[in-house]
Amino acid sequence: MAQDIWVLGTHMTAFGRYPDQDAVDLATTAALGALDDGAVGMADMDILSCGTLFQANAGMGQQVQKQIGQTGIPVYNVSNACATGATALRTVIMAIRAGEAEMGLAIGVEQMGKMGLLAGGARKEKNVYEPSGRFGAVMGIDGILGTDTMPGVFAQAGMEYANDHDGVGFEQFAKVAQKNHAHSTLNPLAQYQKEFTLEEVMGSPMQSYPNTLLMCCPTGDGAAACVLVGEERFASLSVEQQSRAVKISASVLTTDPYVESGQMQPDVNTLTRNAATAAYEQAGVGPEDLSLVELHDCFATAELIHYDNLGLCEPGGAGDFIDRGAPWRDGDTPVNVSGGLISKGHPIGATGVANVYEVATHLRGEAGDRQIEGANVGLAHVIGLGSSCGVHILEKSGIG
Amino acid sequence: MQIPLVDYLVLGDEPHLQANECADCGARYFGRRNACAHCGGREFRTVRVSDTGTLRTFSIVYRAAPTIPTPYVSAIVLTDDGTSVRSNLINIEPDPSKISLGMKVKLDTYVVGTDDDGQEAVAFGYAPA
Repeated sequence: MAQDIWVLGTHMTAFGRYPDQDAVDLATTAALGALDDGAVGMADMDILSCGTLFQANAGMGQQVQKQIGQTGIPVYNVSNACATGATALRTVIMAIRAGEAEMGLAIGVEQMGKMGLLAGGARKEKNVYEPSGRFGAVMGIDGILGTDTMPGVFAQAGMEYANDHDGVGFEQFAKVAQKNHAHSTLNPLAQYQKEFTLEEVMGSPMQSYPNTLLMCCPTGDGAAACVLVGEERFASLSVEQQSRAVKISASVLTTDPYVESGQMQPDVNTLTRNAATAAYEQAGVGPEDLSLVELHDCFATAELIHYDNLGLCEPGGAGDFIDRGAPWRDGDTPVNVSGGLISKGHPIGATGVANVYEVATHLRGEAGDRQIEGANVGLAHVIGLGSSCGVHILEKSGIG
Repeated sequence: MQIPLVDYLVLGDEPHLQANECADCGARYFGRRNACAHCGGREFRTVRVSDTGTLRTFSIVYRAAPTIPTPYVSAIVLTDDGTSVRSNLINIEPDPSKISLGMKVKLDTYVVGTDDDGQEAVAFGYAPA
């Protein structure tokens, strides 16, 4: 049996726009916040893992060390699309489980500014057509042979679910965004904190049917960090530290296994289902035990299909699940009470750590106005196209 | 002179798609392969893909990189011989009320551009059958 791992300290910056700070500033704020929160320092850390996507070759972990403590410990700079933050966490967890570290720091950070639409390349027509690349293409194929744009790819994932199941359409997808915008009004760390009616969500500019602008996550800046500790070292900590710690009862990272259609359309379902199944087994809990879920709602269409992929609803029942209000904060299984990626924001490298921050903060009973009362078990999910899926299940300490 | 947009589109009297099919497990791929992602097999044969199929999923894309004309209908088609193909729906209004999941579609080709030598690039799409 692998040893238990605990989140000892955690912190996140508010997500948003930081034109006067760089990514090192943001990562440092999160890191120092997490260390202070856990009442430990860099001298206690045996390993540092730092996740960022767009500055993946910047040696971000070492840059953070040079601001807060060059103790000579190993740094792992990681990058794994939108699962980058979860991968930073997993790296520290694996090091502790392998017996090479007792305590470590995982950071996720991203500074995107107003990057706009991700993926989907401009078409550069060559003067003379010559086949190139793996498809022997004579020009960029985005927009001719389907779409590479993220709103479009996830729209298709949602519409595929609508194809296979009754009671799912534009309105059900829009209700997801309506909920997350409403939830975000209680979260001071959210990039946007504004409520919209269902009509406003459905009437906002169409990006990729059925995803309107208000159904898409924004780009932005932010960072989050967690101090993680193994059970042996945990036992030597003070009761104050132990009582606020949150147990990681499952930590899983998967990639997409072969499916026929996956060659053409990224399969975001199978790897999420596999990760969820493994996580529930590791933790010894089921979806019905979850007090709250933070899942990867990069687009409203994505959240809806993950209700099913994570087993939160009956198989095929994601449309009914949102129609009856089950994922609202006062529903059966509150989903994305932080506002989710759609409204809290999605600075990519930070997201997978920020989700764990959010769940841990509820389990500690420290989530302020957005607190889910009596929360004792929560799940954090991220998915990066390509693909990777991270699932963490956290449990309240029960000590002290 | 015409040249296909991608090398898995075969032009001629009967334009069609061809796939690389794993000789061991039958998994189909478009584009150059190193080995089979399903079974690890390293032998492939070239097979013709059915021209007809059904609409598996779609999105009407309004926002794209600046040089790409919008709106367009992006689609995944499941051909009658069970191969998934990514392309655009063509000869159809980009209106959700005009597009139904599961609808029958058929491969069609069109000229998508001309280079400085007068060479035409031919693309494919799927039109309502």
